[in-house]
Amino acid sequence: MSKVLVIAEHDGSQLNGSTARAVACASQLGLDAIDIAVLAADGSAVAEQAAKLAGVATVVLVQNPVNENAVAALLAPQIEALASDYSHVLAPSTTFGKDLMPRVAAHLGVPQISDIMRVESATVFDRPVYAGNAVITVEAPEGLILGTVRTASYPAVAQDGAATIETREVSVTLPTHTRYEGLKTSGSGDRPDLQAAAKVVSGGRGVGSEENFSVIYGLADKLGAGVGASRAAVDAGFIPNDHQVGQTGKIIAPELYMAFGISGAIQHLAGIKDAGTIVAVNKDADAPIFEVADYGLVGDLFEVIEELEKAL
Amino acid sequence: MKILVGVKRVVDYNVRIQVKADGSGVATDGVKMSMNPFDEIAVEEALRIKEAGKAEEVVAVTIGPKVCQEQLRTALAMGADRAIHVETDDQTQPLTGARILKAVADKEEPKIVLLGKQAIDDDNNQTAQMLAGLSHWPQATFASEVVIDGDTAQVTREIDSGLETLSVDLPAVISVDLRLNEPRYVKLPNIMKAKRKPIEVLTLAELNVEVAPSVTVLKTSTPAKREAGIKVESVDELVTILKEKGLI
Amino acid sequence: MERESMEFDVVIVGAGPAGLSAACKLMQLAEEKDQELMVCVIEKGSEVGAHILSGAVLEPTAMNELFPDWKEKGAPIKTQVKGDEVYYLTGENKGIKTPNFLIPKPMHNEGNYIVSMANVSRWLAEQAEGMGVEIFPGFTASEILFNDDGSVKGVLTGDMGVAEDGSEKDGYMPGMELLAKQTIFAEGCRGHLGKQLMETFNLRDNVDPQHYGLGIKEVWTIEPEKHQEGLVVHTAGWPLDDHTEGGGFLYHMENNQVALGFIIALNYTNPHLSPFDEMQRWKLNPKIAHFLEGGERVAYGARAVNKGGMQSVPKLSFPGGLLVGCDAGFLNGAKIKGNHTAMKTGMLAAEAIMESMLAGDISSKELSLLDEKYKASWVFDELHKTRNFGPALHKFGTVIGGAFAWLDQNIFAGKLPFTWHNTTPDHETLKPAALAKAPVYPKPDGKLTFDKLSSVFLSSTNHEEDQPCHLKLNDPSIPISQNLPLYDEPAQRYCPAGVYEVVADENGEKKFQINGQNCVHCKTCDIKDPAQNITWVTPEGGGGPNYGNM
Repeated sequence: MSKVLVIAEHDGSQLNGSTARAVACASQLGLDAIDIAVLAADGSAVAEQAAKLAGVATVVLVQNPVNENAVAALLAPQIEALASDYSHVLAPSTTFGKDLMPRVAAHLGVPQISDIMRVESATVFDRPVYAGNAVITVEAPEGLILGTVRTASYPAVAQDGAATIETREVSVTLPTHTRYEGLKTSGSGDRPDLQAAAKVVSGGRGVGSEENFSVIYGLADKLGAGVGASRAAVDAGFIPNDHQVGQTGKIIAPELYMAFGISGAIQHLAGIKDAGTIVAVNKDADAPIFEVADYGLVGDLFEVIEELEKAL
Repeated sequence: MKILVGVKRVVDYNVRIQVKADGSGVATDGVKMSMNPFDEIAVEEALRIKEAGKAEEVVAVTIGPKVCQEQLRTALAMGADRAIHVETDDQTQPLTGARILKAVADKEEPKIVLLGKQAIDDDNNQTAQMLAGLSHWPQATFASEVVIDGDTAQVTREIDSGLETLSVDLPAVISVDLRLNEPRYVKLPNIMKAKRKPIEVLTLAELNVEVAPSVTVLKTSTPAKREAGIKVESVDELVTILKEKGLI
Repeated sequence: MERESMEFDVVIVGAGPAGLSAACKLMQLAEEKDQELMVCVIEKGSEVGAHILSGAVLEPTAMNELFPDWKEKGAPIKTQVKGDEVYYLTGENKGIKTPNFLIPKPMHNEGNYIVSMANVSRWLAEQAEGMGVEIFPGFTASEILFNDDGSVKGVLTGDMGVAEDGSEKDGYMPGMELLAKQTIFAEGCRGHLGKQLMETFNLRDNVDPQHYGLGIKEVWTIEPEKHQEGLVVHTAGWPLDDHTEGGGFLYHMENNQVALGFIIALNYTNPHLSPFDEMQRWKLNPKIAHFLEGGERVAYGARAVNKGGMQSVPKLSFPGGLLVGCDAGFLNGAKIKGNHTAMKTGMLAAEAIMESMLAGDISSKELSLLDEKYKASWVFDELHKTRNFGPALHKFGTVIGGAFAWLDQNIFAGKLPFTWHNTTPDHETLKPAALAKAPVYPKPDGKLTFDKLSSVFLSSTNHEEDQPCHLKLNDPSIPISQNLPLYDEPAQRYCPAGVYEVVADENGEKKFQINGQNCVHCKTCDIKDPAQNITWVTPEGGGGPNYGNM
């Protein structure tokens, strides 16, 4: 029987949304069962959320006071102990999974497949290289397969499951050389960071002026979104350059990207090609942005934003 | 204290890469190669630690064919004291790379190994963690601030939820992120001097390293282009769709 | 301010064919004459070859002289020209093949090679480094340094780490003085220091103004069954009218790649003309399109060339330095080739330096020996023979002028006893916008034709964002106050990289916007601006295009 273990990412009380996406990837492997491992100090709440994820058979709950915070050097030996029951171990390709999984792989002497974006078979996967400008198809060697899942490639599975929760004791010696000191959460301001934001509202030269950018900020705040801009808007002095999205600015992958008055030069598109849904509003029906937008609306951006704000 | 810093030769970040028509890889003929930008940051950090009087020596190491010595020369021109070239003509995957770095670290006994968080060609983001795992050393990945305090390092890590701080005992492996520092410009006289600094060349056999199990690359392809979606006629229509999709 | 300095025997500005040939020849001569020589080459591109763009069909004459064993040494000169076709395009869908006997002789290509000059330059750099030359890519020569007596003592490398507002950023590194007994300027066409030298030392006295063309080039990977390695195709005629000189080329290189491009003489008169769009629509002619259909464009770039020929060659020597290659202007317009002459003049400079050095101190001396050597060389011979080619096209248009060129070259072998001149500089040729008809260019189809920005993307150009703009306006008001009403500000169109835009703010106020980051260092703006108001200066070192095998 071959099974896959998905390592849950959580903050002690909430299961991180990336886990449900990793489960979606796991479900495409065609194996006999999907389990989730929750490593926590007190993980019952998280385990219950994990048990709801569709397709999951068992939630393996490992409770240990050292698991209060996710420290790779401490989690890795515990996951190694669990891994022997599985043919695959996956984690989301977030900073959590990226930090943790290679350490596990090293201890187990197996390679890791990073950023799985497509499952071709239980041993063959697609993954992006060169910042997503090429895709390689790789085959894992025989033995345990370790991987991280590119979350943008998978929608979260439904939450209608009812997995059993099984508490497991893992007795391994843990190192004392690494100490967690604290976390300063981002978005200490009201607006989320452009790179971390799930939604981004972005303005281009069409916005017209620095003052006019206030409508972009306004909509962003209403949506809880980050604020981006095209280089043309930055060059025109409408907005500081740390908001610039694109080839020479920030490369982002929010779930929702709304582009207002951005023509969509290739240099800008290079920064948003991994966005989940792209909405474009532009006066020019021929603007290149419409060639990549999932939903395009030809019209005056100020009128559109005004209507949008009313409708929200 | 000694710092070992890894540098990798990669296609320059400004180059628009082209996937070869036969799917055998990415065209690299006549393409500009450079030091991996994250590694440049690692070298810079090592030099700053040394310049702050907290380390005596910075040793740069690379793995690959002979041409990789160009990137070692860049590290030397930036200010590294000496360099080690582990010569192999084979593609080195992260686990083998980590084994090689461990062998070099066993030989050199550095207190800190500084690596880029990932190489911009294969984007694996594995080697630092694997080296730490193999060595049973602490790891602090995605560093945006490093403070050395005697036998420990306080490392601020850029993670999805914010800035996390870890305290690690040395020796440790630290992988660096973009915001850690701004690498220096190299000076002409230093480029000339770097040509005369020593580079030690080692082989996998000399280091007693065996190639680790590896993944096989079956093919390289161009990513699917984003397709144009639909044009909506009104804001109401747009709002309805976005609400249905749970996006707003 | 006090700057650091380094001293060399010879400093060479620019690691192109001319500069590197000079470097190689210097080291060969030094070895022959048992001399110690410190030679340094600085190059503004991020690596050697990054800023090299050329057709290119290489006539190997100079290479044979410099490295007779270049084949054994593995020079990237491999694809011999196997077929040579010239088409006269008569419209978007039509073209006729010109019979071989009607083609002016200099345009024949037997014995020549299709190459990437960027790769040839990289190879030359390897040879030079192997002989002990110090090559520093990523460093610009931003200023000429003068001795008190007015002679050139070297160059200043550009400051690094200067913010847009001129302030010093973290890690600021001031430029260094590179001092030399002789400085060789090999910046290529319209070098920004070369331009200053010509003014300072009156090097252009008694010669015609330089004339230029803008070459826009792409590299495509095409379907293997359409590829004919070694085939050279040239076109004349459409899409240009009779009064606009220019033409297209398409060369089949190795590995199913073709290099293709279009050169337009910068003495064109219609301010509405857009060289970029002419080049794009030229690809639609079936004679070109049939090769490209099903293929993929992989690279894009542009560069000005000088084509004034013999009548426009300036004086080459001045106290402390020499001008070589396209920085002076040795392109043979009839052959559409300048690499062999660039290399040869670099080698001549090396000879002039070594011979003068053996005779005494050369520090800050004017080595007019180079001018003598040039006049005695085959470079002068071939430019002399073809001296009336360009002016004929200019005088009579491309049809009659072309017929003259054929007579002149094939019957009289360039020996007709007169020399025509073209004394109107290229920036003075534009007609007022109101008197010229705007061409209608087809919309890019995304398959054969593309827009400017996605093209610039394929030049891999990049400039550090936070730095002073490297395109200086002597008078910032001219673009909007003069050029716009008079010529509809032609910079918007002649720039092949989308650097210049006229944008209106919300009140309809027009503004001249310079997107310096897009610049591919072609120098067209410096040449063609009707007010001569734009000065191209070096940006921070390493900035600019990153050409692979252009």
